[in-house]
Amino acid sequence: MSLRLQAKHPRLVRWSHWINAPLLFILIWSGLMILWADDGYELRWGNLLLIRFFPDWFYRTLGLEHRLAVGMAWHFFFMWLFVVNGILYLTYTFLSGEWRDLLPNSKTPRQAWQVVLHDLKLRKAAPEQDGKFNGAQRFAYTGVLVMAIGSVVTGLAIWKPTQLAWLTSLLGGYRAARAEHFALMLGYVVFFVVHLTQVIRAGWNNFRAMVTGYELVPVQESQP
Amino acid sequence: MTDTPAIVPPESTSAGPSDVDRMRSMTRRSFATGGIAALAGVGGWTWLQTRPFADGIPSPFRQMHRFNEQIGRALFSTSHLAPEFPRSRAGNPRVNGRIGWQKDFPDAEGWRLSVEIPGAPARRFALSEMTRLPRTELVAEFKCVEGWSQVVQWSGWRFSDFLTGFGLLPPASAPFALLATPGAGYTAALDLPSLLHPQTLLCDTMNGEPLTPSHGAPLRLVLPVKYGIKNIKWLSSIRFESARTTDYWTSRGYDWYAGL
Repeated sequence: MSLRLQAKHPRLVRWSHWINAPLLFILIWSGLMILWADDGYELRWGNLLLIRFFPDWFYRTLGLEHRLAVGMAWHFFFMWLFVVNGILYLTYTFLSGEWRDLLPNSKTPRQAWQVVLHDLKLRKAAPEQDGKFNGAQRFAYTGVLVMAIGSVVTGLAIWKPTQLAWLTSLLGGYRAARAEHFALMLGYVVFFVVHLTQVIRAGWNNFRAMVTGYELVPVQESQP
Repeated sequence: MTDTPAIVPPESTSAGPSDVDRMRSMTRRSFATGGIAALAGVGGWTWLQTRPFADGIPSPFRQMHRFNEQIGRALFSTSHLAPEFPRSRAGNPRVNGRIGWQKDFPDAEGWRLSVEIPGAPARRFALSEMTRLPRTELVAEFKCVEGWSQVVQWSGWRFSDFLTGFGLLPPASAPFALLATPGAGYTAALDLPSLLHPQTLLCDTMNGEPLTPSHGAPLRLVLPVKYGIKNIKWLSSIRFESARTTDYWTSRGYDWYAGL
């Protein structure tokens, strides 16, 4: 058995992925500075308080207190880079046909379930996969794109709630849009934790493909 | 530099080993590029943070606020109104800041609002003179820059009625205004289009009751097209200007325009 180079991630996808990572970090970080000024979102199960976003020690430890003006300055600066990067990525993905490897199709639910079973060690065989991504990846990556669009839309609704009043009211009002904007941020954090875990589990060859664009794949030598 | 042996040994003609080598050099190249890009990013970040400060934040951030303001102004129109709500939705907003408040403020009877327009003598108005103007009411969502918001019922006089009613419209050469509390302990700078917006009010009443001192009695500005920081309480002077000036919160790093 020998190894063969196989193209996986196009250049623009790799650049936009790696540019997006620090941009999203800055937007979350500055968003937390903004949240500090009026926080108190909670996650409850009935009467049971599960988590408060966030306890004081959280802001104190991360140095996020009393930085609303700085947070707004960063947020309203880097949001543009996030939007431009996102538009470039989406345009490329849809014009190049890369979306075929990304969007869920009719086989995706079954394949995603196989990934879950496989990762829980309930299934031995590797999950079926058509194209670059397995079913769970198709769901996760498409989901995070929808979330990104959601962040822009909810962001616009709280940035210009007068001129875009129709949008703000469509989202349930100013307070609701702000809470949605926050919830999407939590979604990115959950995505990031799962993503990082899976990347580590998938190993070097998979990670390297996001940097170089290529993967080494085994070739079955045909018998003469 | 690529080394291509003139004579290829037969055992390396299979794609395998050469692809592994190509992967190795590609990996080196890509990670080097990535490293340089990361350094460029760190450099850009450092550059941003070390620019001379403009009103409390590095100047590129101030310029971006100005860019965003251009978008805000382009979208702005007096026909775009902030949503209004039924009276039943109204509640009391938090008392957030007492900046500018002083113990020895005059009472409503002694309160004067002065208006300065370039090239004209300053004029002073008692609140009793306002009764000449038609009263108006507004139930709108007050939005604090901190992030909280509250539907409030306000009543008073349209700012545009005040200017036209007393012949105070500034010339086109003075499209900015600085509004202040007595002694200018607190100031709010505003653009004329926002001041002339039909929902911009001079208020003496909140939720059906006379304003309390902590909410700006006897006179405050309310404009839902701006964050609360521009909705100045204890309003006692308005000075129209040809150029924008900074104000209390702008000089502490906030956006001058603060438009919603």
